[in-house]
Amino acid sequence: MSTLRDTWIVFHRAMRLSLRNPMWSILMLSQPLMYLFLFGPLLKPITAQISQGATTNAYQVFIPGLIVQLGMFGAMFVGFGLIAEYRAGVIEADRVTPASRIALMAGRVLRDVVVLVVQSILLLLAALPLGLRAPWSGVLLSLVIVALLGATFASLSYSVALITKSEDALAPLLNGIAMPLLLLSGILLPMQIGPEWLQRLSDISPLKHVVNGVRSLFRGDLSSSSTLWGLFWVVLLTIIGLTVGARTFRKESA
Amino acid sequence: MMIEARGLVRTFKTKRGPVQAVQGVDLDVADGEIVGFLGPNGAGKTTTMRMLATLIKPTSGTATVAGCDLARDPVGVRRGIGYVPQSGSTLPEAIAGDEVVDHARLYGVPKTKAIADGQRLFDELDLPGLWRRQCKTLSGGQRRRLDIVMGLIHDPKLIFLDEPTTGLDPQARANLWEHIRGLRDRGATIFLTTHYLDEADALCDRILVIDHGKIVASGAPEALKQQVSGDGVRLDLGDASRAPAVAAIVEQLDGAVAIETDGTAVNFRIPRGGSVLPGLLRTIDAQGIELEGVEVHRPTLDDVFLTMTGRSLRDEHTTPAETQEAEKQDDKQKETVS
Repeated sequence: MSTLRDTWIVFHRAMRLSLRNPMWSILMLSQPLMYLFLFGPLLKPITAQISQGATTNAYQVFIPGLIVQLGMFGAMFVGFGLIAEYRAGVIEADRVTPASRIALMAGRVLRDVVVLVVQSILLLLAALPLGLRAPWSGVLLSLVIVALLGATFASLSYSVALITKSEDALAPLLNGIAMPLLLLSGILLPMQIGPEWLQRLSDISPLKHVVNGVRSLFRGDLSSSSTLWGLFWVVLLTIIGLTVGARTFRKESA
Repeated sequence: MMIEARGLVRTFKTKRGPVQAVQGVDLDVADGEIVGFLGPNGAGKTTTMRMLATLIKPTSGTATVAGCDLARDPVGVRRGIGYVPQSGSTLPEAIAGDEVVDHARLYGVPKTKAIADGQRLFDELDLPGLWRRQCKTLSGGQRRRLDIVMGLIHDPKLIFLDEPTTGLDPQARANLWEHIRGLRDRGATIFLTTHYLDEADALCDRILVIDHGKIVASGAPEALKQQVSGDGVRLDLGDASRAPAVAAIVEQLDGAVAIETDGTAVNFRIPRGGSVLPGLLRTIDAQGIELEGVEVHRPTLDDVFLTMTGRSLRDEHTTPAETQEAEKQDDKQKETVS
């Protein structure tokens, strides 16, 4: 199928560019690493309390939040790269080729997903000596969730970038969305320890359910209701994100 | 016919309401021609070209481009054309050769053929040894030629060049003109936009003059210039009080038109200005009127533009702001069609 072939070509080009200039990917990883080393230890003494007795391993609570955060924030800002490509005329040059419009997005999203999964694996490896213990199956499924989340936010970021075509518009917009998402998702601390009203408010955020799902996966509960809800939400988000992205890429050219 | 367009219209929504950037353009381009779209910034050149290159949809109108219907078979159009946008087409950080090969592969050209063709085009377009270089390290002229390589890599029948030499120094421009002529010799049809008169004159077999979204004249550069009646003559008097007497003498001349007094000078147009002048000067001298200077100039494309529109193409600011705005909107605006 030519869409797949075109996706591969676009992915290959994007990946090559990322590998040529890995600084950005390394910088994106430095933030969760700092959280891991400088914030993680604070959770150790209170783990049993904040997980309501589900675990005593602080990193089983914290790492799921960090990889979800990585999946979300790592992908959220990829639109800036697209604006740079747009300014250089690359998007226009891509669009006069007979290549599938979907492939022009999908290839770039695929690159972002690969980068995110590699970053997540590095983060997990860094957490191992600190005491992270989790079942393989749960970790693998969590990486799938991170990949889907990355695909969602990358497509949305590309859509917004393609519509606004301006870094000045994109930056405040993304920050405005990222902040409440971060705070209401329970990434840093589980929302269960908060007051009732804050918990209800956080129920609105699908990301909270995703984080909770990944947390139960890290405890080995592959079929618990929070796992299933997490999977449900991430799949739904992915469908929405990719649909919006695909529609934007198709629309913006005749 | 390589391009056959009828009644192309493109309307943009702006804050001040809809603007018709292109208002019903008909055009025909034959195989093997170099046709130039000449007009001031904001005249609708780029918008028309972007419609023909499938980048934006016409609000109304039809076109056949490179043998395919624009509305029904945009992918077929894309296969047959190469488009070199004004904005460039390569990422500054990327390696020149990689960009060319990836671009070719999106056209379905196999990798080994893309490399071979790309390297041959690098030689032909005077980019020796730059295959492995980062695009940002290339000079302006080299970068522009790289864009042309990108546009040519799948061997298109028809090549669109949007303002190919804007921003280049005179030497690089002259060099690029040579390369563009070379493309035609390979059998390609070339459609370019320009707001440079000398470029249109030097390069194009035929020119379409566009203003306010409408084609106001079309023809070979020489034929267009012949439409403008005669040479321009300017008599500089140094004193405005002498102008009426001189204008009266000029009016007696056979074939003198567009007689205008411009401060201390009298301007008019007349066929074969050079041969009329000696007699005219004698007459003026005989009446004891002093002259400070005389100029005769052959009609230029600017005169054509002036005759057609009443404005000079050299005065860029004469383009209405809202039309320029509309062309900028062209990039920013969201498509409402899909």
